[in-house]
Amino acid sequence: MSVAVLGVGMHPWGKWGRSFVSYGVHAARAALADAGVPWTDVDLVVGGETVRNGYAGYVAGATFAQALGWNGARVATSYAACATGAQALDTARARILAGLCEVALVVGADTTPKGFLAPNAGERWDDPDWLRFRLLGMTNPAYFAMYARRRMDLHGATPEDFARVKVKNARHGLANPNARYRKQVSVEDVLVSAVVSDPLHLLDICATSDGAAAVVLTSLDYARRHGSASPVRVAAVSTVTPAFPNTVLDMPMLSTDSAGVVGAPERTFKESIAHAAYEEAGIGPEDVGLAEVYDLSTALELDWMEDLGLCKPGEAEALLRAGDTTIGGRIPVNPSGGLACFGEAVPAQALAQVCEVTWQLRGQAEGRQVEGARVGVTANQGLFGHGSSVVLSV
Amino acid sequence: MATTPVIEGWFTTGPDPALVGSQCTTCGNVAFPPTAPQGFCRNPACDGEEFEDVKLSRHGTVWSYTDAQYQPPPPYVAADPFEPFALAAVELPEGLVVLGQVTEGYGVQHLHVGAEVELVVEELDPGHTIWRWKPVVELGEEAEQ
Repeated sequence: MSVAVLGVGMHPWGKWGRSFVSYGVHAARAALADAGVPWTDVDLVVGGETVRNGYAGYVAGATFAQALGWNGARVATSYAACATGAQALDTARARILAGLCEVALVVGADTTPKGFLAPNAGERWDDPDWLRFRLLGMTNPAYFAMYARRRMDLHGATPEDFARVKVKNARHGLANPNARYRKQVSVEDVLVSAVVSDPLHLLDICATSDGAAAVVLTSLDYARRHGSASPVRVAAVSTVTPAFPNTVLDMPMLSTDSAGVVGAPERTFKESIAHAAYEEAGIGPEDVGLAEVYDLSTALELDWMEDLGLCKPGEAEALLRAGDTTIGGRIPVNPSGGLACFGEAVPAQALAQVCEVTWQLRGQAEGRQVEGARVGVTANQGLFGHGSSVVLSV
Repeated sequence: MATTPVIEGWFTTGPDPALVGSQCTTCGNVAFPPTAPQGFCRNPACDGEEFEDVKLSRHGTVWSYTDAQYQPPPPYVAADPFEPFALAAVELPEGLVVLGQVTEGYGVQHLHVGAEVELVVEELDPGHTIWRWKPVVELGEEAEQ
């Protein structure tokens, strides 16, 4: 059971000062052109929602449909924080597999304010995202830093290791036309940048950006009828929630569940996201040729390598140092340049990963191509128990 | 100036302050922050809706730690000028990890994964108190720091 990725497109990421609608439409038209599908053929539009940009963001699916010109398509909107794009993709895939539609356009776009992401305004004493700032001053980088510090104390990671992730991803993104930052950095550049949250420096943490990404999904039958006999396929979309007890401290929570009653779970939340994707695709980590993961911080990329089963816990630094995760290495991670080169545009980024893997599997990732890859995996985690992983194959 | 807990019912004050958790009367699961009166047990195998307040252990071990060297955005009420502060996630004997700021005067250089800490209550901002984690140091060790 799979569907075709017939077209992908992006709006270049950066700080452009325009509305998220214009970014989304740009990406959508690029994806439709890539697919060779007229907008009037699309019978489902799924929008990734943003909650920071006022009324329009709450009706993202219809907002994009209106901007493209009402065509009578079915519409859906998805919100899952950083996993929004993958969940939107899952909605489209499910309707295609159920035979309820043939051609779906999935769009995610955002504009993001500079600096720390902050909660919604007002007195929100029952909102965990508001409380973590009010009670503790707990920012997103503070959570990333806790994961990083734990790697140092348990596995012997060093700030130089974290910097090496940035150096690698900056090099990967140099030729990517959609990347915001296309400049080589050195380990020294990272280590002399200001510490935001010990042990993470400014250049260890991804910026906020404007950006958009779009994907045209179709049934395999529609793809064949339109001359694409062997398109890139969606082999799995994992959108699992955590299982009780969630024992790894998770943004924006102030605490974990207690393992006192039923004991620790077999897999952590992030491990379970990948596990569900592999199960659904019927593959294992050994089959994966490249990975796009959320390097919200440099250290988090190392965590994801282990959560995806690309190596054992505590071994990610060794792979990195050996060059295994560089393009040309055994298992390239973030060949796009990752969020280190793009920055965060929340509802778009899980779709941007799918765009990159599609280009890679088609052999179209000019200047950053991973040779010979037939399976690519993406991974991300979103606030409030959202997570996703997408497996694409040719 | 009178100071009151920044949030009601989450911790006790006095000489031996403690976090207040909710224990499900059906399955025994302990949760912090405390479950609201109309809450539901988080254990998916339990349909409990009644809870008892329990004081959590005042001592735990550091799961991880960091600091805030840049001023967090509102609703954090920052001192002017902003003073960086440390944060710790602490594993308690009840089997859960709870975040907190670290006591004034201590920073990341005083912490490591597995270190023992103790719960104290201090002023968060003018008029409000908060729970904090204080490193437990051996006699004589403090002088070296």
